[in-house]
Amino acid sequence: MHIAVCIKQVPDSAQIRVHPVTNTIMRQGVPTIVNPYDLFALEEALRIKDRTGARITVLTMGPAQAEEALRKCLSLGADEAILITDKVFSGADTLATSYVLAAALKTLDARTPIDLIFTGKQTIDGDTAQVGPGIAIRLGCQLLTYVSKICELEPTARHIVVERRAEGGVQVLKSALPAVVTMLEGSNELRFADMPGMFRAARQEVQRWNRDSIGVELAQVGLKGSPTVVAQVFGPRPKAVKALRIDGETPDAIAEAFVDKLFADHPHLE
Amino acid sequence: PKRVLPERFKSYKGVWVFIEHEHGHVHPVSWELLGKGRELADKLGVELAGVLLGGMGEAVRELAAEVGAYGAELCYLARHPVLEDYRNQPYTTGLTELVDTYQPEILLLGATTQGRDLAGSVATTLLTGLTADCTGLDIDPSDRSLLSSRPTFGGSLMCTIVNLATRPQMATVRPRVMTMPARRPDRPLRVVEHGLQLDESAVVTKVLDFVPDVRADKPQLPFADFIVAGGRGLAKPENFTLVTRLASTIGAEVGASRPAVHAGWADVERQVGQSGKTVRPKLYIAAGISGAVQHRVGMEGADVIAGINLDPRAPIFDFANYALIGSAAELLPALERAFARRLAE
Ligand SMILES: Cc1cc2nc3c(=O)[nH]c(=O)nc-3n(C[C@H](O)[C@H](O)[C@H](O)COP(=O)(O)OP(=O)(O)OC[C@H]3O[C@@H](n4cnc5c(N)ncnc54)[C@H](O)[C@@H]3O)c2cc1C
Ligand SMILES: Cc1cc2nc3c(=O)[nH]c(=O)nc-3n(C[C@H](O)[C@H](O)[C@H](O)COP(=O)(O)OP(=O)(O)OC[C@H]3O[C@@H](n4cnc5c(N)ncnc54)[C@H](O)[C@@H]3O)c2cc1C
Repeated sequence: MHIAVCIKQVPDSAQIRVHPVTNTIMRQGVPTIVNPYDLFALEEALRIKDRTGARITVLTMGPAQAEEALRKCLSLGADEAILITDKVFSGADTLATSYVLAAALKTLDARTPIDLIFTGKQTIDGDTAQVGPGIAIRLGCQLLTYVSKICELEPTARHIVVERRAEGGVQVLKSALPAVVTMLEGSNELRFADMPGMFRAARQEVQRWNRDSIGVELAQVGLKGSPTVVAQVFGPRPKAVKALRIDGETPDAIAEAFVDKLFADHPHLE
Repeated sequence: PKRVLPERFKSYKGVWVFIEHEHGHVHPVSWELLGKGRELADKLGVELAGVLLGGMGEAVRELAAEVGAYGAELCYLARHPVLEDYRNQPYTTGLTELVDTYQPEILLLGATTQGRDLAGSVATTLLTGLTADCTGLDIDPSDRSLLSSRPTFGGSLMCTIVNLATRPQMATVRPRVMTMPARRPDRPLRVVEHGLQLDESAVVTKVLDFVPDVRADKPQLPFADFIVAGGRGLAKPENFTLVTRLASTIGAEVGASRPAVHAGWADVERQVGQSGKTVRPKLYIAAGISGAVQHRVGMEGADVIAGINLDPRAPIFDFANYALIGSAAELLPALERAFARRLAE
């Protein structure tokens, strides 16, 4: 069994600071991490590997430094890592991203057939949850989104049964392999890398694939292949009326004054 | 380089809203989108349509009438036994065929587990652009394009995304972001029934079971009238319990910023903001929350906002009604006492 896991390197949002004057993000020195949702996807793949000895390949499309994120996945137990990197890939929206990832997955599949593809539910930067569905459509695979549990996985009978978070309930779905599964957060408990894992990862080769390795059309990648464009960036509009400051000598005085004022201004709240 | 819309897309006309339903319940986000869709269609001078796919039961036909009541003049209806339960493959095939046949310029879906599942698949099949989780939608009068705004990453900035290259222009919007339009059952509606050639044997994924959620055990934050929310400024779990106590004193639901959820002080179901819930309460009290744009877009629809913050220049005060300056650890218990006294009167 061969499992591909798509991961993205993202800035650690907990460490991001906004410039107080210009309102822009201060990106310099912000550490990057593996998109937290993708770790649940990787963990699910690792559990299947623990049970069945499956082989795991992790892939990411990103700049050279995304290699670091792939090494983290190797240290956790992935077998192979591929960095899909090329300057023409930059500026991609989700349509162009799924195109490149699908092309890479096809290339990988031709070498070692893929049974299952995992992605995270969404990323913490773009946050669109559109790449998983995009990959499934482009590969003609079944799509299973918001999966909270894999109940059955039969590589020989080629079927999979999952629990999927639907609106108002949980759907239990039976589908066929190969499938694209987007994993929900909290669906499993994450493991930590151990020492041997870290040493192995440090020595292991991360393959680099560019536009020629995966045979893509230039018109469909990067900025050129992206129908959505950012037209404008703006600050949120301040309200016409400033917040009314409630004064008082002590916390209790402020609280009393606030409650009085609140119900005087908005009698319907009572 | 300025992008121009290729000639073949110029025939695309009209605004569509995908009407999402599961086990007989329409997701209210569909009606909210019809409200917004009405505005967009009026600005463009085109028709607003609801698109409804479903099984053969009468219930689906009855839903079509509701599409009119919430403001559309047109409903595209596709019924087929294969569409009884939501599944990605037949719904993608069906919706894609409808778009190809009737060619809308705008297609809106709810950013729900169903809407996001379907939107991503349909946009990729159609090779068109899709903007996720928009908090604002408008029309550019100069070229009739859809302006989709959403917060940008990590900053306190918003961005406007446009699609000048393909059609339809697709966008998803989270529940409760747009206001619910008034229901007027007397509005005229044309229903266009579209026959789809679907075949169960060609649909790979089968639904084995559907286990409905037990409603009571989930916080109904989006529909709460009163919310007390806490953020990173509370600094420790003991302080977060002050939020919970004030909430129970005034009969409010508890909300949280993302860092408070990540710290484990509150359940993920209680996160308010861009990647959490959008709420529209009568009163929102935010304690130790700075008011970052990703939090703001989830709660600025509240009627009254009160911020509790040590820092009088915190961004929350740019859009709050009341500013309580001081330590939340002291002000929350003080508020509990003040409200308790008031409510006892
Ligand atoms: C603030 C902001 C807003 C954006 N808005 C939009 C928008 O509305 N529409 C749009 O089309 N694009 C948008 N983009 C661009 C989009 O983020 C990029 O296309 C990005 O490459 C992938 O989208 P995502 O981060 O949303 O991933 P998601 O679709 O949320 O990711 C889902 C999963 O796909 C996999 N995945 C995603 N990216 C990669 C990758 N590079 N390599 C390997 N696996 C990956 C991961 O497993 C991930 O968990 C936006 C970007 C930003 C920063
Ligand atoms: C893609 C994306 C999605 C996001 N989605 C969400 C989301 O859904 N919801 C969300 O909330 N955030 C979200 N965020 C994070 C968001 O950008 C902010 O980081 C977050 O809202 C900040 O949370 P906070 O206000 O609790 O913390 P901080 O910004 O750290 O603010 C803490 C505040 O507490 C005040 N304070 C400190 N001590 C005290 C005290 N003793 N008493 C009173 N006040 C005190 C400080 O002055 C400060 O204003 C998202 C970010 C990204 C990139």
